[in-house]
Amino acid sequence: MEASQDSAALSGQGRRYPSVIHAIGNTPVVRLQPLERETDGAHIYLKLEYANPGGSVKDRAARQMILDALAGGRLRQGVTLIDSTSGNTGVAYAMIGAALGLRVALVMPANVSAPRKAIVRAYGAELILSDPMLGSDGAIEHCQRLVDAEPERYFYCDQYANLSNPKAHWLSTGPEIHAQVGAELTHVVLGLGTSGTCMGTTRYLRQHLPHVRCLALQPSEALHGLEGLKHMASSLKPAIYDEQVPHEHLAIDTETGWDMADRIARETGLHVGHSSGANIAGALQVAKAHPNARVLTIACDRGDRYFAPLKWERNYTW
Amino acid sequence: MSVTIKIPTPLRTLTAGADEVALEAGTIREAIDTLEAKYPGIKDRICDDKGVRRFVNVFANEEDIRFLNNLDTELSDKDVVSIVPAIAGGSGPTSSK
Repeated sequence: MEASQDSAALSGQGRRYPSVIHAIGNTPVVRLQPLERETDGAHIYLKLEYANPGGSVKDRAARQMILDALAGGRLRQGVTLIDSTSGNTGVAYAMIGAALGLRVALVMPANVSAPRKAIVRAYGAELILSDPMLGSDGAIEHCQRLVDAEPERYFYCDQYANLSNPKAHWLSTGPEIHAQVGAELTHVVLGLGTSGTCMGTTRYLRQHLPHVRCLALQPSEALHGLEGLKHMASSLKPAIYDEQVPHEHLAIDTETGWDMADRIARETGLHVGHSSGANIAGALQVAKAHPNARVLTIACDRGDRYFAPLKWERNYTW
Repeated sequence: MSVTIKIPTPLRTLTAGADEVALEAGTIREAIDTLEAKYPGIKDRICDDKGVRRFVNVFANEEDIRFLNNLDTELSDKDVVSIVPAIAGGSGPTSSK
């Protein structure tokens, strides 16, 4: 790229929206050219989901789940939206809740990074911390107990079982990828957390671009450091997850994901979170194995969300 | 020293489901080695060749051992050592539903 190029000519078309809710989606796709040098003519594309206003891919699912619940009357004034979340979905609920004047309560394991907790509090959401030894499954169970105790008080959004979660990706992520990369796309690599992104996007692509191979990615070990991703074999299986939907499954270890996140920040200027690092490591693996492949993966969120100041995090409530 | 090790759910497959293990150890290093002797394979999940893995936190009572003396942190009788994933990802098959 010429350094003297006019920045207006480089920018995409700016858009104007009536609210933050409308500004979700239509995220950019960029090529990771420094990584492509390790491949035989492949292109690697990264869809920057951190460009969503809440800073992560979870804005899409949260918007769809909230809009569908409002339309169905399950969520209304006086009822509090509650869910368990390891962070990004919570940020999205809190942001959308603030925009729509809805009360939001979030159950998070106490070992979620400090910035996450600070962000959701900034939007005015109520934060309930669960046992850090029990991970995200402990948060799910804690949330279920609260809802069971006061069912009339809460609307339990349940991102792990809510069909509006994959629907969001069927309606937006899949069509955007189709429009942005099109028929040249050969592979997508999508990490599994709730599995909503993978289920919705994969189903869309299998229908509209049936030649594309869809790979689901998860941590290789039960004890891992890829926040937001689930090691399915050792986790409560999300109700929306169907392991038959992807064509193939990939496993990435924590160190590989973390190292890739560090590497692409320095080599491409994209500072992504650890789960995105794992996604990119998986995409590179696929690109190396297939000459001239066109592989797309997703940057779920930005790396600065994981600048956890350990010293502030020392005191957990057991 | 008689100490208690708290095991996070993802590692309980290795401890036959136990969420706590009582053992004798004078330092964190000894505690992890003793744990490995009882439950082979567990040390690799917690440590690599440089020490405690980057995504695992080990606490001696309330204190992260990175702010103490790392693996050489000394333990006293009745101390509680907690192994906590740095993040809140997947839990274990021992969690009930």
